[in-house]
Order: sequence, then C-alpha cells, then structure tokens
Amino acid sequence: MVQMTMVEAIRNALDVAMGRDDRVVVFGQDVGYFGGVFRCTVGLQQKYGKTRCFDTPISEQGIVGTAIGMASYGIKPVAEIQFADYVYPAYDQIVSEAARMRYRSAGDAICPIVVRMPTGGGILGGLTHSQSPEALFTHIPGLKVVIPSNPQDAKGLLLQAIEEPDPVIFLEPKRIYNGPFDGHHDRPVKPWKAHPLSEVDPGYYTTPFGKAAIHREGSAVTVLAYGTMVHVCEAAAEESGVDAEVIDLRTLLPLDLDTIVQSVKKTGRCAVVHEATLTSGFGAELAALVQAECFYHLEAPVTRICGWDTPYPYVHEWSYFPGPARVAAALTEIMEA
Amino acid sequence: MEKRTPLVLTVPQPGARPGETPDFSWMDVPAAGSVRRPPVDADQSEIRDLAFTLIRVLDDEGRAVGPWAPDLPDEALLTGLRHMLTLRAYDARMLTAQRQSKTSFYMQHVGEEAISCAFSQVLDAGDMNYPYYRQAGLLIGRDYPLIKMVNQIYSNTGDPNKGRQVPVCYSSLEHGFFSHSANLGTQCTQAVGWAMASAIMGDTKIAAFWIGDGATAEGDFPTSLLFASTYNAPVIINVVNNQWAISTFQGIARGGSDTFAARGHGYGIPSLRVDGNDYLAVFAAGKWAAERARLNLGPTLIEYVTYRGGAHSTTDDPSAYRPASEVSAWPLGEPIARFKQYLIAKGIWSEERHTQAEAEILAEVIAVQKEAEAIGTLHSGDRPSVSTMFEDVYAEMPPHLVRQRQQMGF
Repeated sequence: MVQMTMVEAIRNALDVAMGRDDRVVVFGQDVGYFGGVFRCTVGLQQKYGKTRCFDTPISEQGIVGTAIGMASYGIKPVAEIQFADYVYPAYDQIVSEAARMRYRSAGDAICPIVVRMPTGGGILGGLTHSQSPEALFTHIPGLKVVIPSNPQDAKGLLLQAIEEPDPVIFLEPKRIYNGPFDGHHDRPVKPWKAHPLSEVDPGYYTTPFGKAAIHREGSAVTVLAYGTMVHVCEAAAEESGVDAEVIDLRTLLPLDLDTIVQSVKKTGRCAVVHEATLTSGFGAELAALVQAECFYHLEAPVTRICGWDTPYPYVHEWSYFPGPARVAAALTEIMEA
Repeated sequence: MEKRTPLVLTVPQPGARPGETPDFSWMDVPAAGSVRRPPVDADQSEIRDLAFTLIRVLDDEGRAVGPWAPDLPDEALLTGLRHMLTLRAYDARMLTAQRQSKTSFYMQHVGEEAISCAFSQVLDAGDMNYPYYRQAGLLIGRDYPLIKMVNQIYSNTGDPNKGRQVPVCYSSLEHGFFSHSANLGTQCTQAVGWAMASAIMGDTKIAAFWIGDGATAEGDFPTSLLFASTYNAPVIINVVNNQWAISTFQGIARGGSDTFAARGHGYGIPSLRVDGNDYLAVFAAGKWAAERARLNLGPTLIEYVTYRGGAHSTTDDPSAYRPASEVSAWPLGEPIARFKQYLIAKGIWSEERHTQAEAEILAEVIAVQKEAEAIGTLHSGDRPSVSTMFEDVYAEMPPHLVRQRQQMGF
C-alpha cells in the first residue's frame, strides 16, 4: 500500500488505466503539459505521449462531444472539465447525446465515456468555482454519477468508471483533494497522510458502483452523505455526541438503497447532508426513498442539511457551507424529535 | 487493396516550454505605419488583408507614423499614460495584498495595459462594454472610483457586489462596464443582444465585448459572430490574444487558422489585427470600429496581439509551463515604455516627470488602498452582513428564502 492524496490517487488511477489499455485517452483544458489546474494529470503526457494526454481548446461542449465520438469509435476517453461550474456548455452533449445514445439506438450506438470534474466549495471560489451540480446529472436517465470521499475510493471508482459500458459523471470534491476536510475551516489543514483511507493499492483494482460504505458505525441516526460531507458528518457525530451512522454513498446512481434501508431500520432516524442547494437537490430523492421504504420504522421526520437556496457566495462561503455545527445541531434536534 | 498510410493525430505545440529558448520567429511584425487605413465603409471583401497583418502606429524611435496615427490632443495623451500607470500601480498593490492575505485572489494586467486603457476612450457614455477579467482599464479610464475596485477585491462592506463575487469581477453598468460572471465566453452573445436592442429601439448606443484567445473556443464566440453578422449589430468584437490561456498556448484555440482576426471572415465581418502593446494603434482601431457601428455599418472584429506579462492569476506559476525569458523576447515590447518614449520624443514628457508621476500615482493608489483597508479586508474588519446572502436571488424574496434566512438567525 502507498499513501496518496486524492489528487495522487486519481492520477495513479489514470496512470494504471493508461498503462494497461492503450485505448484510454485523457484530455481537457491544461491537462497535457501542465498536468491540470488541480494537478491530477501531471506526468501522463510525458509518460504516454501527446496523443494520449493532451490540452484541448476551452470548449466544454467540444471536450464532451469529441469524447462521445471517440467512445463511438471504440476508444476510452476520460475527459476533464476544469470546474464542474463550467460544465453547462456541455450539458446538451451529456443529456441529449451521451445519456440517451444506447436507448435511442436500442444498443446500436453506446457511449462509455468518463467526464471528470472538480465539484463543491470551500476554496473561496465564489459563484463560479464552487457549485455541486450532481442533481443535474442524477435527474438524467442513462448517466451514472460518482462522488468519492477518499483516495482509496477515488482510485477504485475511477478505474471502475473507465470499465463502465455507459457514461459516467465523476465528481471530485476539490476541498478534499489534498486533505480530509471536516468543515472546520478555521483550524489547521489536515493532510491525507495519517488517514487510513489514504492507503492505496498502487496496482489495478476497482471499487464497485452501487455499494455504499458505512463510514462510521452508529446506532442513533443514519446520516446519508457523499464527498466532502462524509468528513463533515463524521466530525458532527463526534462533536454532537449523537451516535450517528454515517453512510458514504460513493455512487449516487446506481444507489445502494439496501445499505440505506438496513441502516435506517436499525436507527429509526435519518438525516441527509449535501453541499448543493436544498431545493430539488439529491437529498430530496434520498428523503423520498427513505420515507417510502422505512416509513414504519421512522421515529422522526427525515431531515436535510444542505446549502442554502442561493448562489454560492464568495465572502460568506462558510455561512453557506453546511458545516459541522449545523449538522451537529440538526442531529441533536432529530434525536429530540 | 491499396496500402494506406496510418493516420496521425496532430497536437499543436508552443514555440518553447521551460528550459527551451523562446521563439517568436513565426511572428511577422510589419513596420509601424505600413498598413493601410481603409474608409470605414469599405467592403469586407476588399480589406481581408487587415486580418493577417499588424496595425502599428508607434515605431521603434517613439514616433507615431502612418495612416492610423490618431490626432489626439496632448492632454488626452497624458491622461492615457496616467490611466496605464494607475492600472499598473493598482495591479502591483493588489498582487501584494493577495500575498498578504488581504484578499484570496487577483488577476493582473501587466503587459496588456494599453488595450483596456486606450479602448476606454473609444466608447461614449451610455455605450456598453461586456468585459472579461482583464479589462480593469475600462473602469479606470472612465473614472470609476478606485476605492470601489479595491473594496471589491477586499469583499468589505464597500464592495458594490456585496462580497458575492470573486475578486476582479467588477460591475458598473453606469460606467459602461457590464457585470462579469467569471464563466468564459457567455458575454459575447449578450453584448450582441444589447447592440441589437439599441438598433431595435432606433437608439444610437453601441456595444463592445471582450474575450481572450483561449475563450474564443467556447461556442458562444462563433455564435455571437453569426448573430452580429446576421443582424448587422452595432457591436465591436475585441479579441485579446495574449498568447497564453493559463498553460495552453494560443495555437490550441486558434487551430489551423492563421489569426484570430480571420475568424470574422467566415461571417463577413470586417476584421483588424492590431499591435496590442501600442496605445495609439488600439485607440485608432477602436475608433474605426466604433465609427462603423455608429454609421450602421455593423460589427467589426479586432484582434489585439499582446503578451500576458504575468501569471494567469495568483493561482498559477507560469515558469511551470513557459520559459521565464519569453516575456523579454516578445517582439512588440512593453506598452507603457513604448508610450512613454513617444511622449518624450514628442516633447511633452520627460524621464523625470515620468518617475515623479509613477511615485505620485503609487501614493494615490496606496492612499485609496488604506481607505479601503480602514473599512475591511477579506479576513478582518467590516464585511457585508450574512443576511445579505439571501438578497438579490430574486427581486422579491420568496417565502422559502425568508424561512432559510430565519433559520440562520436573521
């Protein structure tokens, strides 16, 4: 095992994938010579050549559209969108093309692409470098949506994404690229080293889609989270004294409903936490599923702790961000209900 | 079956990477004054050569030569210099402020000052610029209060944007500077729409939009050319080619086309390619385009050829992707030095006055900066109330936001 940050684990996954299959190509803005603005592709161009890892024009629709064409040819594109906030010009290609190609052609044409993008806030990115648009993708039939919370999963899930026969939106929470951020922005930055989930197998392995991880076992309340929020919820559980079971969903689509239902039936309570805005967020889907599947086991209403329904403000990002204090307060409240 | 040659993917490469010798031998630099200045109503088909040359006014001896040399009064020239020096001093102070954690982020203009400063004198009050992030000279040149700019960088209570946007995303419609979003390319079609509205209403206002070489790759850019062309919109399309889009050289966005100016030709738009480090050439080309727009002759595309002297922003280190010496090898020189040389040669300026002006302007900028710091910086002093976070999402706050604001304790 080798200790890695999220960035290193993602880079290592791409390296392993490119090394074992010369059909894997990696491209996006600044990913070639420079290695990406978050450094996830450093060294790949040098190692695999300029036609397997290269810079693209600043055109998200171009990046995704050409990735789709490459997949149709039979190679395996892993495209990077520099920030999830920049994906919107590519939305038509993702929604109308990638997601529906198999369906519209009854399997004649397929679209196994991976679109990676950094997501989430907490880096003073303001309106256009902080968004969490996962619900815009989970709403689209035909897409798979992945959000890893740690280096081990990031590598395994990315390698699995490259194996998938359908398009995968791979969201990388940028605030935890270099450390397991628990929401305490006023405390010293914690590095990944010393975190058990930063121990990564340097070889080839995949982490299956649709299998959630119980990140912290508990008996009082089930907390559903993904990405950065897994660490925030873990901190909130410790700090509130509420014995929460924190479930890291890992993949939103497919969703591991069994693990969720099993846990809620055990605890009788459920809180859903995400950084994206509350209204029509993925939390609404989770809350609906939990009430449908676990209604007679619930001792309190399912609660959601999410970003407010505003754009992600720059100077007030920590007021927007559902940090450990807000999550802890909600956990305390749900125990009193 | 015939034997076919294996296909090869082309991935364009820049002239030089770190450790290599800068190479601008591909750049053809015509002598100042050598490019013709056609009448503004010239047919696009007759002036296609202007997209493949470089309109230059200032020569190596500091003279303004040729048909594009504008006739500007001395006072306007000295004001232009003052704008550029102010922008440079402002950049230097804000860059330092970022390093001191008074703000999180900054983007400087070094090497590109002539473009936004000269163009600020092209449009009139009531006209509209749709900028991107490296056109602060448009504000400085329109006498926008510098204190508001510093307050925006510091996100304090004096920030007109209430701390919502990352630094350098200024907005002052009153000063002809449309709100910048930090997304790339989106401003292009909007500017065309603004110009179309002026024409729809039979008004006399014109618009201009700004885009960098890299962002011309976004679909919004070619789409804006089409709309501008189809509706003959009174808009000036300003492409700032500063050679580098973060680590990506301009050839990736340019593709097989010789120049960015040539992009206009496919849409029948008259297109000029201009020395962006030449204050007078930028001004003259802008005026030519503005006159066309005002005479109902439609859009003009201008490519300003320049070099990004500094990092893309405070988040990148250019020595990781381009030779550090590339800036000194840049064949079009440095805009302030070139303009200063011209003013001295003209007899209305001197090295002594220049040094004195630099010191005065720096002192003025520092005084404004102190005034702003008395209000607050990113991590200290007064910042907009958290409750303002819920304002302006809509004109009227809907019930669910009122509820959420109450949950926050307001």
